[in-house]
This record gives sequence, C-alpha cells and structure tokens, in this order.
Amino acid sequence: MAVTHAVHPTIAVLERHLTLYRRLWQASVFSSFVLPVLFLLSIGIGVGGYVGRVQGVDYLSWIVPGVLASTAFQIAVGESTYSVLGDFKWVRAYHAMRATPVGPADMVRGHLLYLVIRVTIAVVAFLVVVVFFGGLHSPWALVTPLVCALLTVSVAAPVTAFAATIDHDSYFSLLFRFVVIPSTLFAGVFFPVEQLTAVLRPLAYASPLWHAVELCRAATLGRAPAWPIPVHAGYLLMWTVAGLFLAVRAFRRKLED
Amino acid sequence: MADQPLIYARGLVKRFGEFTAVDGIDLDVAPGEAFGFLGPNGAGKSSTMRMIGCVSTPTAGELRILGMDAVHDGPRIRARLGVCPQLDNLDPDLTVRENLVTYARYFGLSRAESRRRADELLEFVQLGDRAGGKVEPLSGGMKRRLTIARAMVNEPDLVLLDEPTTGLDPQARHLLWERLFRLKQRGTTLVLTTHYMDEAEQLCDRLVVMDGGRIVAEGSPRSLIETYSTAEVVELRFPGMPEAGSRYAAALEGVGKRVDPLPDRVLVYVDDGDAALAEIQRRGLEPSSVLVRRSTLEDVFLHLTGRTLVD
Repeated sequence: MAVTHAVHPTIAVLERHLTLYRRLWQASVFSSFVLPVLFLLSIGIGVGGYVGRVQGVDYLSWIVPGVLASTAFQIAVGESTYSVLGDFKWVRAYHAMRATPVGPADMVRGHLLYLVIRVTIAVVAFLVVVVFFGGLHSPWALVTPLVCALLTVSVAAPVTAFAATIDHDSYFSLLFRFVVIPSTLFAGVFFPVEQLTAVLRPLAYASPLWHAVELCRAATLGRAPAWPIPVHAGYLLMWTVAGLFLAVRAFRRKLED
Repeated sequence: MADQPLIYARGLVKRFGEFTAVDGIDLDVAPGEAFGFLGPNGAGKSSTMRMIGCVSTPTAGELRILGMDAVHDGPRIRARLGVCPQLDNLDPDLTVRENLVTYARYFGLSRAESRRRADELLEFVQLGDRAGGKVEPLSGGMKRRLTIARAMVNEPDLVLLDEPTTGLDPQARHLLWERLFRLKQRGTTLVLTTHYMDEAEQLCDRLVVMDGGRIVAEGSPRSLIETYSTAEVVELRFPGMPEAGSRYAAALEGVGKRVDPLPDRVLVYVDDGDAALAEIQRRGLEPSSVLVRRSTLEDVFLHLTGRTLVD
C-alpha cells in the first residue's frame, strides 16, 4: 500500500494524451504539417509572384512566420475544443482522473504540455521545409518554436476554460466564426496590419496571434518587431496566466457537484 | 490503525440547493468489512459514495476516511482508494492494457510497476487475452471487470463500487461476484451500493438501508431479515384477484405476523410455513396456488421503503 511518486500527476496526464496521440497521429499530419506547406507553396509562391516584395522582402519569406504562428494557433484552438468537452461529456476521462490523486491543475497542465509538444513537432518540421525554400533569414529563427509554444499556451488555456464551461458543442461554431477565423484573417499572417483601416486594427492588436506573428517575423527576418519585444511577450503571458486561472477554475467547478 | 474505522461519519449531510440528498447519516466501516448501501433510486446512496470517494464536499457533518479528513486530505485519501463508478469512464481509444497502465501512472507508480500490475490484474479479471484489444468492443460485463481491475491498480485499502452489476447479464454478475468475493477474502474492504437484494446478501457482511437520505435500518443481512421480516413467507394466489384480494387478506388476518395484499397475490409473513398452511386449510380458504419460501432481504427492503415506484 506504499504510495509511490515515480511520476508527477501532471506528467501522468501528459502521458495519457501522448498514448492517445500515438494512435491518432497520422490523422493530424495533414492538418498540422502538409496543409501549412501547401499554404506556403500556393500563397507564398503563387500569390507571391504577383505581390512581389512586402516590407522589403519576398512575399514567401514574409508569410513564413505568419503561417508558422497560425499553424500553432490552429492546433492550440482545435485541440482544446471538442477533445476537452468530450473528455468531460462522453469519455468522462476527467471524472476518472478525479477519483485519483490527479487534481484539476494537473489535468489542465498535462493537456497544455501535450499541446506544446504537438505544436513544437509541427513547427520544427515546417521550419525544416522552409529552410529549403530559403524562407529563413536570421539564426533568430531558432527561437520561433519558443514563441509558438508561448502562443499555444496563451490561446489553448482560455479556449480550454471555455470548453470546460459549456455543456454543448454548438458553442464551438460561435468560437470559430467570431474569434478564430477573424483572428487568422486580420492578424498579420497574409498582409501587414497597416493595410487594415484604423477601425479594424485594434482587432489585430487584441489577437494573441498577431503578437506571436510579429515576434516570429522579427526572428525569421532578423529585425525588430512592431512593438517592443517585452510588450508582445507580456501580452501573450497575460493571456497565459488568465487562461490558466480560468481553466483550472472551470475544471474544478465541472468536477465538483 | 487496526481499531480505527476506515470510514467514520457523523451527521453527514449533502444538499444540492434546496434538495437534501443525504440527511444526516452516521457510519462506521471497519477494516476488512464488506459494507453495503441498499436503497431505492434517489435514496442518497451515490451521493454518500461520492463524499466517501472525496470527489464531493459534504455540506455538513464530519467525515473521516482512513483516519484522515475527507475535506482537507482529498488527494492523500484518493491515493489509497479504488473507485468503480456507476457510469463507465474507460478510455475507448486506448487498449485494455493501456487503460490500466495509464491509470496506474495517475497514482505515481513507475512504468515497470504499472505494467506488472496491469498484467497481473488482467489475469485476475480474466481479460488477459484481450490485453492488446480496444475497449469499445468489450461486453458490458468485460468493461465492468476492467473498471474493477483499474480500481485495484493502486492496491487500495478501500474499494468503492457504485452499483457494480447493474445492467449485466446473470453470467457476468456471477463472475463479478466471485471476483469481488476473492478480493474480500484477501482482506480488501469493500463498500458498495446496490438495489439488488441478492447482491447484498451475497457480498455484504453488513449493510444499511437508505431511504430519503436517511438510514432506516442497519445490520447483517440475516439480522435485518430477523428484525424486519419473518422466517418464512407464504405466497397465495386466489381465483378472482385482484378484486377479491382484500376479502382474502381479511380472511387471512391472524394466520401470520403480517398480511400484505398485492394485486396478483397475497403475502403472509409467518414463522412456520407448514403450520400456516394447516391454518389456512382449517379456515376453509382455497388458494389456486401456494408457495412457501424463506424470507429475503427483498421483503425487508419493500417493508422498509414501501412498494411505491420511485423514479
């Protein structure tokens, strides 16, 4: 009956996600790796041929950091919606964990760690491909996986909180329609936010994605981001802290009765 | 530790808003005991179990599990509990074995130890040949056995089973009872809820009958029968029932300790069935069918909680 502590509960939760992923990874290769590369080829090279140069670089090089960060963004949001709701509602995996020493904070952290690993794999694979297209212009590109990891947590944490609060998956279509798609379109992924009218620009500034795109672009092109680095990073950190707090609270409430 | 109850509750209350699910109950469960909660739906059994499992906070009262406070020591208590919930929550996308290994890791067990226990427990619940298969195609009985194996993975001091055999076919139930009996023989303390009387008689050393959030009776299955019923029950059917039922019930008054007229038959609670039959014959009553049987917990249960259907 000796209680052992060979593994931290958070890591045990992470392991569950990784064990499941080992079974499902093939399905994710297309959306998290092939699709971004296709995007890069069609928009970067195809559209880029008409666009020419943007902010002093070829269009492909300009959108590489945008596609990179938005890939992280898509995975972070996508994996924090149905799968979180499902683990409460259908699989009841979180109820199973609740009967063990695993606490709500472990469940949230294990889930987010898993997403950071998922995103890091996707982002590094994408970077390797991009190198062959000459899309990276600075050794600072090496920090982009870190930026993407921070973006992942800053987005996945609040979305996880949302998924743990709602009772029905129809709310997700609202999330995708009014938050995710506008964020992707107006966050400096495909064109500079300066192109937006002044009225719409705050939308970009509010989106965590824009801040991550700015940091990634600064890194791959080897120049300064739009705002000071601590401001961009601080904004992402703020979402991370608030999201973590809300997610743990939502899990606790959901598992209480 | 030995003389300390594993579960100690005094004035335990659970309210959900205006609704009182558990209305001030006292419990003492000793190490090694098989203890049952019996009661109709909505009696407060599951709410009590959830409080004992430290996943639901008591509204009032004192609750100590394994000598620790249920409210403050939740994680430390849960580390030593095994829980088999009413609703299955196995991971359908993991294999049978992965379900156990993953769960063992939640308790902080090393990888090697988790695998060793998973294999050992799969043999114990007779699922060794399904180890590498998916959970989804398993039958209800197999899933329940797997859930019980999962509950044993941390070698718990106390195993909580919420309606362990509800929805299973007779073969699956008997296999499960046999496995639970073996656990009991090993000295594992079992606490279960059920609304099957045969299950309670099979498995429980001691049980409480709950109704409306309160404990209405407590004792061993035998002592409950002795206290709340008679040794035997005579079941009589008469021509012309149910209309004639109350007339026959009146005519049977005094034959036994209690007469219970049902729509299709009249039950007479007696100490000696043969003597009662002789008396029935002497009174000139001519039932169309007669059955003398031993009293069961079901008689106790229906007597204590009534025959009205609770949904």
